[in-house]
Amino acid sequence: MKTHRSASPWLFLGPGLLVVAAFSLYPFLSTVAHSFTDARTLTEGRFIGSANYRELIQDAMFWTGLRNSALYVLGVVPLLVVLPLLLAMLVQRQIPGITFFRAAFYTPVVASVVVVGLIWVWLLDDRGLINALLDGLGFGKVGFLSDPWLLLFSAMAVTVWKGLGYYMIIYLAALANVPRELHEACAVDGAGAVRRFLTVTVPAVRSTMVLVAALSAVNAFKVFSEVYLMAGPTGGPGGEDTTLVMLVQQVGTGLSGRVGYASALSVVVFVITLGLMLLVLRANRREDA
Amino acid sequence: MSERVMARPSRARGGAQREDGKPAAVPRGRRAGRRLPRWQLLLRYLLLLAVLALTVGPFLWQLSTSLKGPGEDIYRYPPSLVPHRATLANYGGVARIIPVWDFALNSLKVAAANVVTNCAGAALAGYALARMRFRGRRAALVVFVMAMLVPVESIMIAQFVTMRELQLNNTLLGVVLPGCIGAMNVLLMRNAFAGLPYEVEEAAFVDGANAWQRFVRIALPSVKGTLAVVAIFAFMGAWDDFLWPLIVLSDQSKFTLTIGLNFLHGTFADNQRLVAAGTVIAVLPLIVLFACLQRYFFRGVGEGAVKG
Repeated sequence: MKTHRSASPWLFLGPGLLVVAAFSLYPFLSTVAHSFTDARTLTEGRFIGSANYRELIQDAMFWTGLRNSALYVLGVVPLLVVLPLLLAMLVQRQIPGITFFRAAFYTPVVASVVVVGLIWVWLLDDRGLINALLDGLGFGKVGFLSDPWLLLFSAMAVTVWKGLGYYMIIYLAALANVPRELHEACAVDGAGAVRRFLTVTVPAVRSTMVLVAALSAVNAFKVFSEVYLMAGPTGGPGGEDTTLVMLVQQVGTGLSGRVGYASALSVVVFVITLGLMLLVLRANRREDA
Repeated sequence: MSERVMARPSRARGGAQREDGKPAAVPRGRRAGRRLPRWQLLLRYLLLLAVLALTVGPFLWQLSTSLKGPGEDIYRYPPSLVPHRATLANYGGVARIIPVWDFALNSLKVAAANVVTNCAGAALAGYALARMRFRGRRAALVVFVMAMLVPVESIMIAQFVTMRELQLNNTLLGVVLPGCIGAMNVLLMRNAFAGLPYEVEEAAFVDGANAWQRFVRIALPSVKGTLAVVAIFAFMGAWDDFLWPLIVLSDQSKFTLTIGLNFLHGTFADNQRLVAAGTVIAVLPLIVLFACLQRYFFRGVGEGAVKG
């Protein structure tokens, strides 16, 4: 097709470019710029060099948030790489009713994280279903939502529960491309189910596993809603459960928001998410070599 | 037809094998591998039911709680999933303490606007990127890819400041605007257009159709499937979003459902029946939508994940 000299390509691109530039790229540059100022919601702020970053290093809340977000990655990613794969293998075969099961397993993905969070707050409540069952069976109640550590792990469980169906669908597409002959050859050789899984399935879907690891790691590090809903806006007593993004939201919004300091925190979030992505992709390349 | 193939990869594969397979030529081992022994089938169904209880059970428990009247003990042991006397009173109750239907309407407005702007904006930009040759095309593509790499969480404070400057904080327009043309949707549409055969458009070009006519009459009708994926994910994204509306909205009359639920939970946490009714109101429309348009939801996961 001929090269357009007219304005028409730019008319087609205009709205998209404008929105993306105004609400993704400009805010990004403005975040970096603000991180070197003492701007607040209602005041412009002056250039203060790296003071925000120096403050951040001495801020105990920053380290709490970083610790919790990092723990979230460590806790959630392995489960979200392995469990959905097993689930995909379970629903892969065409047996009667399987379309229903696939759809049902996907339901938590469709629901808003707020709905999911509130459902689990009720289930894990001191007087909720799970504690009623534990108590009734003689195990005694567990303070899922009152102990700061247990709360963080409960939130991770909720994230995993909500993500299972999503990654299951990704794996399902990958599994469809594994040649059945490989499994059968292996079965003929007398390999058990576990060996077949490790020698045929895992190598065949390895690149998908890396993709899932990257996606779930980035999402886990940016966790906000689950913990916000389960621990409350301030991240529980003393903010013990605050995550990094919760801290950004607490510090930077509202009429007295410290935009400058929150921007420095945002830059840290950005750098670490990008780093996580590169780390996972690089781990993939090294294994290939 | 191609949509079905993408939505249910394993069925498509199994089907193809069954259709083109020549039973006589299939070795015995292969046949045996295809049919499951009875005990394995039983085990599979047991596992499926266990996972079903785990994934759908919590929703049912919430629904059950929302249908239990004040006379029924929701904390009792052993618990009962089926309400003794089901009542819709909690739905009226939640509407009395928060304007839940107004919140739902706000959510609907935001979601509908998000669908329209994303479909239109992404289709237009995607078409230009896929089908027009012009100086700066590569640069435009890079801009969209870069925008996709910036996580919303790391720019939301700056977006909040921008919205204040535009005096759009605490408006529904402010909720919609930042995500109204998603970079990923643009790239999805670009790939869809790029996958179409050139010849038809070439013929139209020779016949004197201009870019707009080729776009509307020829290209757009051919990418309906991808457009549906964009529409559904735009709807779901806006309806389910929590963090950005939480930041930009402060006035209760502007709340969307997710923000309203958060408020309900924060203020009336003790009344589990009402909170349950609220969550059911928020989740039911999407479950219905999902039940009707399943294949597009599944297709969106595959395409979004690979490109993202």
